[in-house]
Amino acid sequence: MSAADAPAPPRTEPDGRTRSAGTGTLRASVRLLRSELRLIVGRRRNQAGMLVLAAVPVLIAVALRVSAGDEEGGGGLLALANNGIFVALTALSVEIALFLPLAVAALSGDTIAGEANQGTLRYLLTVPVGRTRLLAVKYVSLVIGAAIGVLVVAGTGVVVGGALLGLGPTTLLSGTQVGVADALLRLALAGAYVTAGLAALAAIGLFVSTLTEQPIGAMIAVTVISTAMWIMDAIPQLDWMHPWLLVHRWSAFADAFRDPIFWDTMRIGLAVDLAYAAVFGALAWARFARKDVTS
Amino acid sequence: MTQAAPSPTRVEAAVATVGLRKTFGSQAAVDGIDMVVPPGAVYGFLGPNGSGKTTTIRMLLGLVHATEGRIEVLGAAVPDAAGDILPRVGSLVEGPAFHPYLSGRANLARLDAADRFADPATSAVRIDAALDRVGLLAAARKKYRAYSLGMRQRLAIAAALLAPRDLLVLDEPTNGLDPQGTREVRHLVASLAADGATVLVSSHLLSEVEQMCSHVGVMREGRLVAQGTVADVRSAGARAVAEVTTLDGERAAGVLRELGLAGVAQTTTGATAVPGEVPPERIVAALVAAGVGVRAFAVQSPSLEDLFVSLTGEGFDVSG
Repeated sequence: MSAADAPAPPRTEPDGRTRSAGTGTLRASVRLLRSELRLIVGRRRNQAGMLVLAAVPVLIAVALRVSAGDEEGGGGLLALANNGIFVALTALSVEIALFLPLAVAALSGDTIAGEANQGTLRYLLTVPVGRTRLLAVKYVSLVIGAAIGVLVVAGTGVVVGGALLGLGPTTLLSGTQVGVADALLRLALAGAYVTAGLAALAAIGLFVSTLTEQPIGAMIAVTVISTAMWIMDAIPQLDWMHPWLLVHRWSAFADAFRDPIFWDTMRIGLAVDLAYAAVFGALAWARFARKDVTS
Repeated sequence: MTQAAPSPTRVEAAVATVGLRKTFGSQAAVDGIDMVVPPGAVYGFLGPNGSGKTTTIRMLLGLVHATEGRIEVLGAAVPDAAGDILPRVGSLVEGPAFHPYLSGRANLARLDAADRFADPATSAVRIDAALDRVGLLAAARKKYRAYSLGMRQRLAIAAALLAPRDLLVLDEPTNGLDPQGTREVRHLVASLAADGATVLVSSHLLSEVEQMCSHVGVMREGRLVAQGTVADVRSAGARAVAEVTTLDGERAAGVLRELGLAGVAQTTTGATAVPGEVPPERIVAALVAAGVGVRAFAVQSPSLEDLFVSLTGEGFDVSG
């Protein structure tokens, strides 16, 4: 610690603060968001999680390839299945029940509860980052994290499925065939719809994360919430409740593969997603803005 | 889009609180304190564990909301204007805390990214300057989890120095540092103060506070029981003690009593009393005149530590 002779930080303004006049809140927030994403993507646990997400479409593709080899020339479902796009679609519908919500749960545990648990929250707040800004950046990073998860699932499906089964004209659920480009666009739409649902779950996760200093606790809570909704959605006696469940219309992403695209369910699904995101985002803000940070 | 941090204004006090109170449940962690840290002061914030120092510091930084009372930091109300003045405040609160899997440099980069007034163009230069100032430049690329406690503490201090500051709030800055590191922190605090910054430093190491602080505030069970310049607090808080070393303690005690001294006590080595206004030379003259064989005579001013114990009553024990 050479105290006296150390170079002083550069001073760009008379009052000693270094800043560029053009550094607006938006630009600064983008900088913070980049730092946040680096933290998410750089974390080993998240990298391992991405491998798990990617393993499912690989498994599906390999299974289809093996069974296609067994029944050479078999038609029907296999003809439909003989396609990378289909692998991606199947992987999404398999992972939407647990793996993708689990990924969102793990990331949301890190947002506030994780920073509080580590003690880094107090240093972020005294920088000062601004509580509302921190919450907003954390939420955007969660949504991007969810999008990355969906991209990993769908992308791996297309690439590995395409390599093992080929990428050709895709037969839609309505029976008509479309070209690869059209199918990829529809897959992008389906992925975006799934991401929107996960973004609503992320708002729940953000709120839960402001309630505790235990990231694992927050992660378990969010996983329990999404799984409980899937279970309730499967109980016919609770059908009065189904329209209000966040997950009820999540599977409607497959509607992108109808001809013409069937929008109705997805439209209502997006409205429900938005309502959940708004309510829990507001709750998270109300909780966090006045919270005593004692960690 | 254009934004400017508020420029420093001349203020009466760098930190001022009025009737500041914080209750957790039914317990008052901080119970109505009026704290005044003059600009340019090095203010030693003393008190046993659990006396409310850290809660007070958290309130000053807007982390914890006060139950009652007002806070002004650098002339602005906290927490309402915290976003405006906190960029000018460097802080170390309750020990270092960083992301374990990031390097020291990456951790500072993250904090710098969170500062909306920080210029990304100068980020790397400022980070290295701060690391160099705490002697951590050589270990900048190491992961935080591989740091020793002392290195972690240094990194936390570096974080407080990422931008030029008008006020530094350092909670136990020498915690975990070796004697060499402790001395470096003392020099650092001195150099920061010499640059015109106000420093509020909480510490248990009283000798430290005595060496580097111009002002002190002593907390006890949520109350500020003494505050002012080190000299003021010392003279107000505890009185000097006159100590006579003699074989004839009984007669010495008698003489001291005749002189009207308070708190006369006979000890194994002689007698003690509080001289008050009576000058020491008169006491010695009276003792000698009375035929007491004086082997030694001393008037002991209490150390800050004695004062601390007398003010807080319980030394370093945890208070309820």
